Amino acid sequence: MTTYYTKQHEWIRVDGDTGTIGITAYAAKQLGEVVYVELPEAGASFAREKDFGVVESSKTASEVFAPVSGTVIESNTPITTDLDSVNQDPEGAAWFIRMKISDPEELAGLMDAAAYAAYCEGL
Amino acid sequence: MRYLPLNDADRRAMLATIGAASTDDFYVDVPPSAQLKTKIAGLPDHQGELAVERHMTKLAAKNRSASSGPFFVGAGAYKHHVPATVDMIIQRSEFLTTYTPYQPEIAQGTLQTLFEFQTQVAALTAMDVANASMYDGSTACAEAAVMAARVTKRTKIILSGGVHPHYAAATRLLCEAQGLTVVQLPVAIDGEGELAKAVDAETACVIGQSPNVFGTLTDLTGVAKSAHEKGALLVSVFTEVVSLGLVTPPGEMDADIAAGEGQSIGNGLNFGGPYVGLFAAREKLVRQMPGRLCGQTVDADGKRGFVLTLSTREQHIRRDKATSNICTNSGLCALAFTAHMTLLGGRGLKNLAELNHEAACELAHALGALKGVEILTPRFFNEFCFRTPVDAEAVLAMLDEAGVVGGVRASRLFPGGHMGDVIIAAATECTTTDDIAAYVAALKEII
Amino acid sequence: MSTETKSRPVESEVAPAQEIETVSGSRGLLQHEGLLFEIGTPETTGVDLPAPRGLKSRLGGVTRAVQTGLPGLSEPQAVRHYIRLSQRNYAIDLGFFPLGSCTMKHNPRLNEKIARLPGFSDIHPLQPQATVQGALELIDELATWLKTLTGMPAVAMSPKAGAHGELCGMLAIRQALVARGEGETRKRVLVPVSAHGTNPATAVQCGFVIDEIKADARGRVDMDELRSKLQHTDDIAGIMLTNPNTCGLFETDIKNIADLIHAAGGYFYCDGANFNAIVGRVRPGDLGIDAMHINLHKTFSTPHGGGGPGSGPTVFSEALAPYAPVPFVIKDEDGFYRLVEQTEGVARDSFGRMVAFHGQMGMFVRALTYMLSHGADGLKQVAEDAVLNANYIQARLKSVMTPAFDGFCMHEALFSDAFTADGIETIDIAKALIDEGYHPMTMYFPLVVHGAMLIEPTETESKAELDRFCDALTSIARRAAQGDQTLKGAPYLAPLRRLDETRAARKPVLKWTPPVNAGIAAD
Repeated sequence: MTTYYTKQHEWIRVDGDTGTIGITAYAAKQLGEVVYVELPEAGASFAREKDFGVVESSKTASEVFAPVSGTVIESNTPITTDLDSVNQDPEGAAWFIRMKISDPEELAGLMDAAAYAAYCEGL
Repeated sequence: MRYLPLNDADRRAMLATIGAASTDDFYVDVPPSAQLKTKIAGLPDHQGELAVERHMTKLAAKNRSASSGPFFVGAGAYKHHVPATVDMIIQRSEFLTTYTPYQPEIAQGTLQTLFEFQTQVAALTAMDVANASMYDGSTACAEAAVMAARVTKRTKIILSGGVHPHYAAATRLLCEAQGLTVVQLPVAIDGEGELAKAVDAETACVIGQSPNVFGTLTDLTGVAKSAHEKGALLVSVFTEVVSLGLVTPPGEMDADIAAGEGQSIGNGLNFGGPYVGLFAAREKLVRQMPGRLCGQTVDADGKRGFVLTLSTREQHIRRDKATSNICTNSGLCALAFTAHMTLLGGRGLKNLAELNHEAACELAHALGALKGVEILTPRFFNEFCFRTPVDAEAVLAMLDEAGVVGGVRASRLFPGGHMGDVIIAAATECTTTDDIAAYVAALKEII
Repeated sequence: MSTETKSRPVESEVAPAQEIETVSGSRGLLQHEGLLFEIGTPETTGVDLPAPRGLKSRLGGVTRAVQTGLPGLSEPQAVRHYIRLSQRNYAIDLGFFPLGSCTMKHNPRLNEKIARLPGFSDIHPLQPQATVQGALELIDELATWLKTLTGMPAVAMSPKAGAHGELCGMLAIRQALVARGEGETRKRVLVPVSAHGTNPATAVQCGFVIDEIKADARGRVDMDELRSKLQHTDDIAGIMLTNPNTCGLFETDIKNIADLIHAAGGYFYCDGANFNAIVGRVRPGDLGIDAMHINLHKTFSTPHGGGGPGSGPTVFSEALAPYAPVPFVIKDEDGFYRLVEQTEGVARDSFGRMVAFHGQMGMFVRALTYMLSHGADGLKQVAEDAVLNANYIQARLKSVMTPAFDGFCMHEALFSDAFTADGIETIDIAKALIDEGYHPMTMYFPLVVHGAMLIEPTETESKAELDRFCDALTSIARRAAQGDQTLKGAPYLAPLRRLDETRAARKPVLKWTPPVNAGIAAD
């Protein structure tokens, strides 16, 4: 399994043609205490870089974007009520969605962990 | 100048501290061609209170106030009695001269009254949640339409033929600017039910009004059912909030959004503004609502307190993705509403509504008895329309000469609507039996 | 002389004020007060109404099924309820309120008195125009003041607040583009990053798309970036720019900007929120502006009322004037003031109606009263004193805080949080000001300055008041620089401590509901 990152601070962990997607620890820290998460229903399709959900803290709100194109298999609905988990374990238990990746070649446009770390360093 | 505390000695001392030669130094970035060295021509110099008061009093004297004689004008704004206490409360410095409560530790007065306001509006409309007010009823209606489009992700808005034409115009303007399609059903005195037939699979919402601009009451439950079957929302509009003490409120008709004018409780006529827009919705739609919301929480010591909340919907945080561009709303008018509603209480509001209805019944009975007059509104609260045998504009002008302000001619609101002989008249708790007698006597002379 | 000492102890052990608990929940002058719903009942009323006579209903059965159940209070209870709540509010009448960008200045009481004359407050927007000639004349007179002060040929009076005025201006631009046959192609509106949030929100409400432009190191529009954004011009609708801008600075290149945007075929919308800094000294009409709203509650001192009502008349250039909304007032040759309410005749090109009725009359009366009191000479002094006060604050604080930009400011002084020790944030400084008896400055706005603190004193503060404020803020700034952790707990002396906004947003409680165990208790 390989994990890729986006400039909008999403991560995607790829297992075959399935990708698990969430927001990065950096993003969670920038947001502050998360107060609301909105997730799509299974079956919804999103093109690369289209917003599929929303995450809000008391000071800001942000769309969450699909790192690659695909169709939602499952949404992690428990996080919409256990909001602390998004701050505590954003790159683990508090994943947002699993999707079936429609075009694996799009992964090539994403960053690996080292590149993302360097990217955040520069912000 | 009585409002400016600095004197010339202060100004010199301050310039010295700053290191500037004169205030001109602060304006150096202004392009030279746009700098005014002398005061602007064509305007008078400053005046004392006495002179200003004299000028303004002269202007005020050229207007005939609603309290100065028999008065029957409604159609979106209503002459009601406002208790003296209400005006005293809104003139309290702490309410009058404060800002939007961005610092909740020192704004609990405003915040708690907003929480009370939201609770009152939710109860009156029988809806789940209400916001902290909009500019007025017409803008609340327009915002409800665009909110419905956001919620349903559809683009068609259908307005009944009885929605106040100013509300319809404001709604059409905002919707069309956003690329939505607005369908206006033909003007009708009793046609709110037509919305049920008009709704289709592209419809974001249908907008109906009860009582409508002609005073007609309609139970919109069937309209709501048709709308919901097609996946559309019902926006239920009202211009006379006192009616909610007696008539079926939006929530009981299964409306998804209620939008209306709150002027009648706590606020004067003021020639059209400021008023207070009321906006309420079903709980599941709360994150798509426009405007401020006040919510309950606790402070660091665990004490109950109130804050502005869900503000990530709003322009100051969400900017181009905000649910609305509204910032300042009608805070002080909302306070007047809340204070008056608190003085009334639930039973007092019902009593007030009954008095309004009875005054209108008495007026309709008396006018309807005149030969040539036909009451056109089948079911009404405190307002109805009637047909006169003579042109309505001429009738109103002659009534005016007799000292009676007899209502609004429908042709002012619907210029192309073939309604030249229709007058919309309202009666409230301020209307006396003598007022009605004066109306009837004057109208009898004219027709 | 004899002194009775038995009943009045001259000396005793006194506990610190913070530790004293009271049975009532009140603390001296600050009275405990619950929610209306906890103290009233639906049967209680503070108004005496006659009983209905029992006439036959003509409601046709469209009647309310469930009563509101809303509680009422008798008049004395209601008065106490709201007076007690009022005492939990800070207000300009109580003290210095340097909330940048919001312009909290003294609200003259004459304005309130005049607005309550029945000839203004008790007239209906739809009564015959012959019976409201004084009201229409007043609107016309105020319009003349606004046009003269801005040097613009037309003004729309109906917008209900500043953001509504922005909507008015942008809808006029949209209509002008439609009239040119470019309504569908020109959709791009340039908005600086430093803009009020209402600007991008408004443009999007009108169907435009936002293209953000950065600020330069001097806090002004980055002209290089502007030029690059204008390389392609056929999709340009216009620019929305605040001037003086939200950093409290005059846009040095404003005429260049106007020329560039006009050459690109677009229009120049100016956010007039900060007109109070230049009124009487600069006419926006001389700067190439096409539309600008004026917040009557800022520049012309109508009270803010805890969040409105506002009023946002919008002035227009010749290019946009034909598209202004209805209604408006014109004076006929015979001297009769007439409302143009329909989009026909002289208003045939109007973009339509934004709102029921004619605008915020109550605010018009107050604003005109204020203008007449100040006169042309006084309004110029208003701008100069407001700018002088802001520069005085900047000069007095620049050694202990970090000015965001070099040079003089206009009507507000902007600082960044660069001077604070690690862990101390802008919000801590703001909350510490509450304990000193001041309303905090605007914080974290504009977005282009880190930890922004925007201080707007206005012209209605004395030098002594400014000195006391600067002394207090100097002390807080030094503590912030030293990393004084007690700042993190401020305020300590307000009616409430910091509130839990996360909790409020996670589980929104937006209205009062009866306690769930109320029924059990009643049994």
